[in-house]
Amino acid sequence: MKAIIATTIFGVIMMFTGLMVSNKKSVAAIAAALFAALLGVNIWDLTSTSPNAADHLFFNNMLRIEHYSVWFNTVMTGCTLIYVLLLGKEIQRVGAHVAEYFALIFFILCGLYLLATYNNLLMMFLGIEILSIPQYILAGSDKKNLKSSEASLKYFLMGAFTTGILLMGITLLYGAARSFNIMEIAAMLHTDSLNPLALAGIMFIMIAFSFKVSAAPMHMWTPDVYDGSPTPFTAYMSTIVKAAAFFAFLRLFQVSFSTLNAHWTLVLAIITAATLLVGNVTAVFQQSVKRMLAYSSIAQAGFMLFSVLALNKFAWQGIIIYAVAYSLATIGIFSVLVKLKDFTYDGFNGLAKKEPLLAFTASIFIFSLAGIPLTGGFMAKYYVLLAVVQQGQLLWLVIFALLMAAISIYYYFRVIIAMYFKTGTPEMSSPVTNGDKAMLIITCALVILLGVLPQLFLNTV
Amino acid sequence: MSPFRGQGFLLYNMILILLILIPLLSGILSFAIKGDGAKTLALISSMVTLAVSAYISGTNYAQPVSFSHEWIPMLGTRFSLLADGMSSMLCLLTGIVTMVVMISNANKDTENPGAFHGFLLLAQAGLMGVFLASDALVFYVFWELALIPVYFLCSRWGGEKRIPVTFKFFVYTFVGSLMLLAGLIYLSIQNPNGVSSFAWADLVQAGNALPEAQQLWLFWLIFIAFAIKMPIFPFHTWQPDTYEQSPTPVTIILSALMVKMGLFAVLRWLLPVLPAGVAYWSNTVVILSVIGIVYASCIAIVQTDIKRLIAYSSIAHMGLMSAVAFMQSNVGMHGIMVQMFNHGINITGMWLIVSMIENRWGTRDMTKLGGMATVAPRMAIALVIISLANIALPLTNGFVGEFMLFNGLFRGDSVAQIVIMVFAGLGIILGAVYTLNMIQKTAYGNVAEMTVNKDLSINEYAGLAIIISLILFLGVYPKPLLDLTAGIASMIVPVS
Repeated sequence: MKAIIATTIFGVIMMFTGLMVSNKKSVAAIAAALFAALLGVNIWDLTSTSPNAADHLFFNNMLRIEHYSVWFNTVMTGCTLIYVLLLGKEIQRVGAHVAEYFALIFFILCGLYLLATYNNLLMMFLGIEILSIPQYILAGSDKKNLKSSEASLKYFLMGAFTTGILLMGITLLYGAARSFNIMEIAAMLHTDSLNPLALAGIMFIMIAFSFKVSAAPMHMWTPDVYDGSPTPFTAYMSTIVKAAAFFAFLRLFQVSFSTLNAHWTLVLAIITAATLLVGNVTAVFQQSVKRMLAYSSIAQAGFMLFSVLALNKFAWQGIIIYAVAYSLATIGIFSVLVKLKDFTYDGFNGLAKKEPLLAFTASIFIFSLAGIPLTGGFMAKYYVLLAVVQQGQLLWLVIFALLMAAISIYYYFRVIIAMYFKTGTPEMSSPVTNGDKAMLIITCALVILLGVLPQLFLNTV
Repeated sequence: MSPFRGQGFLLYNMILILLILIPLLSGILSFAIKGDGAKTLALISSMVTLAVSAYISGTNYAQPVSFSHEWIPMLGTRFSLLADGMSSMLCLLTGIVTMVVMISNANKDTENPGAFHGFLLLAQAGLMGVFLASDALVFYVFWELALIPVYFLCSRWGGEKRIPVTFKFFVYTFVGSLMLLAGLIYLSIQNPNGVSSFAWADLVQAGNALPEAQQLWLFWLIFIAFAIKMPIFPFHTWQPDTYEQSPTPVTIILSALMVKMGLFAVLRWLLPVLPAGVAYWSNTVVILSVIGIVYASCIAIVQTDIKRLIAYSSIAHMGLMSAVAFMQSNVGMHGIMVQMFNHGINITGMWLIVSMIENRWGTRDMTKLGGMATVAPRMAIALVIISLANIALPLTNGFVGEFMLFNGLFRGDSVAQIVIMVFAGLGIILGAVYTLNMIQKTAYGNVAEMTVNKDLSINEYAGLAIIISLILFLGVYPKPLLDLTAGIASMIVPVS
């Protein structure tokens, strides 16, 4: 609760900083300090809730603060801090308005907090918009680059269209349940006397969320937008923002629609299977690592959809641990990527000789994305698989997903093969400082810690 | 149990962790060492590990050592290790083989020896973990971890086609592992107490309680990973290429130890867990195994590359063991234990000789070799002894195991049984054909020109001496091995 207010204030402060401080480095330093402060506020929020306490309601029942929501906010803010520390220098290089980029990230976090705690569809809608609009700007922040402008416009048009679909769904749902409150909706919808309006509404909302989390067949925007956007912002969009959309997706479907799951599980299962298929198979054919990561983010979304399908307590744990593991690993691999001039696989050739630490940490991040044990990615996949197996109905999807995970080895390990087994001298776009190395090691350590002792991240859920 | 005794108990049981920790830590340390210091470190580490595993095997008769510590309570998994006879035996084998590898590698120039030996030691740590784990998730984690160092070793130090070949190997095994993971998750939540658990005993209980229909598909989910690792026909296609392309120390680790992981896993994590599934599918697996024996033996006969020949012979040997495993008789199981150990020893010897031949003649092509007995008589003697052990001549270690295996295979006099017996026996005859052919072409005949003209060097001598003395000792007096693994069969074969 305090964090929502804090992030808004920090965002405004950041904008004014842009007017008053002209040195980019100082701006980035102030931003990092504010993100650290925001993490502190989140932890403060966390200490005022506890797993078994009654939920707090705010703003006329518009927000409902549970312990696990605050926990999600906290870990995502922590990931954002790591992101800023790892990629801050790259953000400074995108363009002139550095302070505004950081301000926009604060606003994105505000949207994330709303999405983790909404109790009302109106707040959910607000959250999604607050989350999305800064992203449209960030995608186009490299103004002189045509691809960046294209990405921004494409993202905006598709996003606006989806907003319409989402609103349509909410309206239909309101027609059936006569409420925007997600708890009341749950109470109003019964399987035996189901209003067809409600079903149509659920489908519309599902489509809108599928767009936001880039699930097939609503994923078409993803590769172009991720490829065209400035790389540090791609890293943010494809990780923390996506995780927020997933959390909101899960929250609505678990709270409001879980009793109706017979009506939508199959549709979502097919969307999941399609997402896994499209993401993994298309990623195989990419020549650019950045574009491969865009498709891999679609593929990983397929796994995260498992948690929405599962509807049990492992789903919450699964989404949180998946969000953290996937975000850390992807941000990590992006921060290695931005150090290179050439984003193709060949650009990685011989990196292990030239920058052994970079290559080593990149391998750990790749192991995590591929789901090798003792990394966070393994535990994440484990939890979502466990959630679905526990649910019991969708074993075919589990097997399918595992086959797809095997395909993912192909494109992930190509990076390792390039780094370690091929010869070449990669061109660096900027020198690797000791600070970069230290941050990479810390991120790596977190990824491994998450894989060895996941309970540290989940005990509160 | 009194608290004091509990503490002492804990301390003694920590010895199991040493088996994983020593290679793990010295492996990590080895990466930091530049130059040949890594070889010394690896050698010392492998000797210490061997000493610990020998100690465990030696003191294991009364009560199996076990260790358990909380790991991830919310998933129902504990860090549990157990060294019963089978585990101790395989740890001992791992210790011996790794040490022999380190000894024979001591005078070879390897590019970047720190990383090379580091990966070898990490692989050893992974293998030890697999053989000791008594919790399915711990087992799975080590199962995967053993693979990663081997992947790097083959891709970095292997032959010309190493990258695609190793990649194929990795993807094959990874697919299997993922299926295994799904199967284990499914089993872990079937625990009758309602709490998910990965402990071996709980898994056995949960698996046995499952209705037959579920066991039937769960069997393949779990078995496929093991079948790929062993490998069983038709999942074997990764194996000859990988063996051929890997550097010899890695080939040894792969063929002497990693394929044992597959068989070990069948014995520990499949046969006791899903009895109805096993009963239903055992004929299929036995037939596949026997096809594998004959098929691999036939291909081995026409090979001219010695490395590929031995790779195919290894498929045949593993096929025999897996066929017997699925026949589920006490004497057969005991035979598998013995044979796992002996096959590991013999195949290590074979690869050592192959690498020596390659060193001296610069080729592995049998048509270009010959006359070893004239120019390097000691090496030729070693070759003959190890090859004869490999085809199970009496008084070598191979005979004891194979005798028990055939005893286990021959369980009835129905036509099907006899057919299986005949084909499995055919594999033995074919084995003699290609092995003797190999001896003839390399050791005798026209003398081929050597590029490096010398007989065994001191460390090669030491490596082969260990192998040969084990072959002869266990061939004449197999009792220690039989005693160590006695009683294990009853844990695997369901009480009927």
